[in-house]
Amino acid sequence: MSHSTSRRDFLKAAGGAAVGLGAAVVIRVEPAHATPAEMQEAMRTIIGSAPVRRGKVKLELPPLIENGNAVPLTVSVDSPMTEADHVRAVHVFTEKNPQPYVASFHLSPRAGRARVTTRIRLADTQTVTAVSELSDGSFWSDSASIVVTLAACLEDPI
Amino acid sequence: MANALINVPQRAKRGEIIEIKTLISHVMETGFRRTQVGAVIPRNIIRRFVCTYNGAEVFSADLHPAISANPFIVFTTTATETGTLAFSWTGDNGFSVTESAPITVE
Repeated sequence: MSHSTSRRDFLKAAGGAAVGLGAAVVIRVEPAHATPAEMQEAMRTIIGSAPVRRGKVKLELPPLIENGNAVPLTVSVDSPMTEADHVRAVHVFTEKNPQPYVASFHLSPRAGRARVTTRIRLADTQTVTAVSELSDGSFWSDSASIVVTLAACLEDPI
Repeated sequence: MANALINVPQRAKRGEIIEIKTLISHVMETGFRRTQVGAVIPRNIIRRFVCTYNGAEVFSADLHPAISANPFIVFTTTATETGTLAFSWTGDNGFSVTESAPITVE
């Protein structure tokens, strides 16, 4: 009896420890994915001091790409695209490319749908961030992590 | 000379949202690469892409070296009236290409 109880206690304790460890890992991972200072600075140059909230934006990137020279990227924003409420611009930033800027797309209510696709270069396994600027002046963002096996900047010199 | 490919539906219903695909041949040299002797290859990219619908700007993009060679851009617009969609790409070394596509709106 006492053996069984101690076993149960042990499992409880072990489970608790595992949950604790999991939480600790989640907390530890978060800052590791935080955007480096340069990208933050670049974002501030373009969007000013306005707060950037998560949500509304959906950044689609493949989770793993072999060739960083042409990575398909799609940004869509949840917006009715009316005169009163539309997406003004979508900016894309990277954290480990030589430059943080990727592209800025300028939209209008006439776009009908806030969705843009292009192909980008990525120099390393990293996190890409898309920030959208709405007509009410608010900013929303989404990030995606991608593993790049052949980096864009390591191609053979000509 | 640069070749541009544009995919625009020829006909659309009024108010329909149409998808436009554009592809242009361009090296998009980043300016970060070096030759075998170590000299930096100067930057040569397309900086700006603009799409106008009967003269009114409906979409534009500022591009940076992180855009792949042969920039491919897909976006949408609302078919409002019969007319012309004009596309222009401008960039380093005086690069400038314009293309247009007609559209019939019913």
